[in-house]
Amino acid sequence: MNYNWNWGIYWQQSPEGTGTYAMLLLSGLQWTIITALCAWVIALAIGSTVGVMRTLPSKWANRFAGAWIELFRNIPILVQLFLWFFVLPELLPKTMGTALKQLPNAPFYIAVVGLGFATSARVAVQVAAGVKSLPRGQTMAGYALGLSTAQTYQHVLLPMAFRIVLPPLTSEFLNLIKNTSVALTIGLLELTFRARTMQEYSFQVFEAFTAATVLYLILNVLVVFGARALERSVAVPGYMGGGK
Amino acid sequence: MKKFIAAALALALAPALSPGLAVGQELTGTLKKIKDTGSITIGHRESSVPFSYLDDKQQPIGFAMDICLKIVDAIKAELKMDKLDIKYNPVTSATRIPLLANGTIDLECGSTTNNLDRQKQVSYTNTHFLTATRLVTKKASNIKSIDDLKGKTIVSTAGTTNIKQMNELNTAKGLGMTILSGKDHAESFLMVETDRALAFAMDDILLASLAAGAKDPSAFEISKDAFSAPEPYGIMIPKDDAAFKAVADKATAAIYKAEGPALFKKWFQSPIAPKNLNLNFELSPQLAKMFSSPQSTADPAAY
Amino acid sequence: MDIIISFLGFFVSLIVGILQFLIPNFDGDVVNRSWQYLFFEGMRFTLLLTLLATVLGIALGTVIALMRLSGIAPLVWFATGYTTLFRSLPLVLVIFWFYFLLPYIGAWAWGMDRPMTVGAFNSALVTFTLFEAAYFAEIMRAGIQSIPKGQAAAGHALGLNYRQVMTTIVLPQAFRNMLPVLLTQTIVLFQDTSLVYVLALTDFLGAASKVAQRDGRLVEMYLFAAVIYFIVSFSLSLLVKRLQDRVAIIR
Repeated sequence: MNYNWNWGIYWQQSPEGTGTYAMLLLSGLQWTIITALCAWVIALAIGSTVGVMRTLPSKWANRFAGAWIELFRNIPILVQLFLWFFVLPELLPKTMGTALKQLPNAPFYIAVVGLGFATSARVAVQVAAGVKSLPRGQTMAGYALGLSTAQTYQHVLLPMAFRIVLPPLTSEFLNLIKNTSVALTIGLLELTFRARTMQEYSFQVFEAFTAATVLYLILNVLVVFGARALERSVAVPGYMGGGK
Repeated sequence: MKKFIAAALALALAPALSPGLAVGQELTGTLKKIKDTGSITIGHRESSVPFSYLDDKQQPIGFAMDICLKIVDAIKAELKMDKLDIKYNPVTSATRIPLLANGTIDLECGSTTNNLDRQKQVSYTNTHFLTATRLVTKKASNIKSIDDLKGKTIVSTAGTTNIKQMNELNTAKGLGMTILSGKDHAESFLMVETDRALAFAMDDILLASLAAGAKDPSAFEISKDAFSAPEPYGIMIPKDDAAFKAVADKATAAIYKAEGPALFKKWFQSPIAPKNLNLNFELSPQLAKMFSSPQSTADPAAY
Repeated sequence: MDIIISFLGFFVSLIVGILQFLIPNFDGDVVNRSWQYLFFEGMRFTLLLTLLATVLGIALGTVIALMRLSGIAPLVWFATGYTTLFRSLPLVLVIFWFYFLLPYIGAWAWGMDRPMTVGAFNSALVTFTLFEAAYFAEIMRAGIQSIPKGQAAAGHALGLNYRQVMTTIVLPQAFRNMLPVLLTQTIVLFQDTSLVYVLALTDFLGAASKVAQRDGRLVEMYLFAAVIYFIVSFSLSLLVKRLQDRVAIIR
């Protein structure tokens, strides 16, 4: 096998002049984490709203939420990112479009918005499932106590619903982290892109991708542990396998 | 899947089926593989006009493609084969070297710069062109020198010597430019056309062809300044395969001496597909010398 | 065949018409000129990859699920490690891994002195099969575990061995129970094939992208591609919902 192994490549300077290859990869990891976190904030905010709309008594809210979910679930994430990145600036008025195109770090903002919206559909499905899994009696009790719909959701339904769907939401967050790699196609300088760049400059394919793999695995483990700790800390004692 | 099984079967049955070779000639490496599988895979580009690109029917054509096809004829004659199946595999600047190194392609026919760094991974046959890095910009953006790009966005294609050079220049001069990376030349040029980047750094001949084929060629201009020493283009072949290189070198030397200028005229001074544009590129004395005394060194001073 | 072409053609003109109405300056002509290439080259690749990867992925996934549930320590570790690894990595990274390294792995496995020629489609097929097998394995594992233990016990009581119990009693039921989830994962696979874009392969999105860049018509081609993906995925998910209702009744 005529492959030239060189595990010391990480400590060599990258031709971009910004440091070693190891620093290149770590900067990619940084972008991955920041993009994932920002997108998750958007996804949670929009997703929870849409998920709640899916469970409201109003037919309009139901239909809108259903359409939202179907729209963002049935288009591949890559295509969605392309629409945001390439198509949106062309459809806006010329000055806005050009400003958007020449924004420094445009790939970051577009990736955050694109990934946020795409993931919001999945979060919405989970939140709706969580609310629907609660006994109908909870809602009725809320109304019986004189709470409005909004208050019932806020004080009775959503606190339990979110605890119930914490595990699937963790899965969605992990999926989001993985999906940040798709944004390399619009120029986001995240981990997979950096590993590729390292491979292009140094020709050390194995070394570059092994580092990226290890970093993703570590990130995965950290998130899973963090989520478990969160689950334990918010668990309601005596309910659904939580607390003592 | 089927091709995989067919290739595996061919490999297994080849010793029984292949006709006898010339006495005393033991084939090794790529030549052996070509003889055994009965096919050769050519890596080609999709938008490196006029070297290697897709025409309207999505077929690969170009100056480098013509040369490669003649190399294939030479291989066919050398191996005394009746039939040689030619497979085409599209490559980009970023994938051409790994795919040659891992055996997916046997020859890379495009616009690849020959330099010492790359010779650690691959080998080259005789040089078929000389070029230098320049910038293409829109006339409207009024970029006169590299300093005008301070703090602005430029683009180059991933995996090229040009993007490396731009990065080094950026750091050396402290220009603070944002350097975008396009997947292939068409995408990079499109970024300048749609105002996503102010300049595209690439070999001057490729810039000339892309600008000529644009919707409004007169909107673009190519910088007078070059940002690199003259670079030779070479057709890439697998590393450490002396027998294959010998065949390729012999074939290319013969082609260049006999038909070099004629082939040049066909692609650089006549209308070419798909839009029948004529690049009107001059045959400089350096290029003429390159055809008459072919060589495959990476040293620009030799040209 | 001609009927399919004319039907598709009519369908495409309909979509182009609607898009032209909605978007100003929409150059529908580029879609009309290129849709045959898009569908017969691009979509063919996408569907072929999806189909093959699904069949092979479910087969491999079932084997891995059985390994995980077998109770034999080395098999359990391998299966757990496999599913955990592939489910933690982005698909894009796995695509790159296999694209560049499969020829080396093949050469090492087959004891060749030069890297083996694999080709882009085969590399993508191997990638998607192995990657999706991890997800299918988890689905099949859930399916197998949802079968009451009494079924397997009854099988053993009748004198059937492990292989017979699995293939004639447990797996058929597990498969039928998980069919909707398996099909949903297939729809996800169908969408994920668009990621071969990073290898510049000509799947449906890749074909649309090539035309877009060659003719400078990004808006038109990407919008058209998005609409087609939506229609296909949505229709398939409606079919899955129908199937789910029917399976529920049978149970």
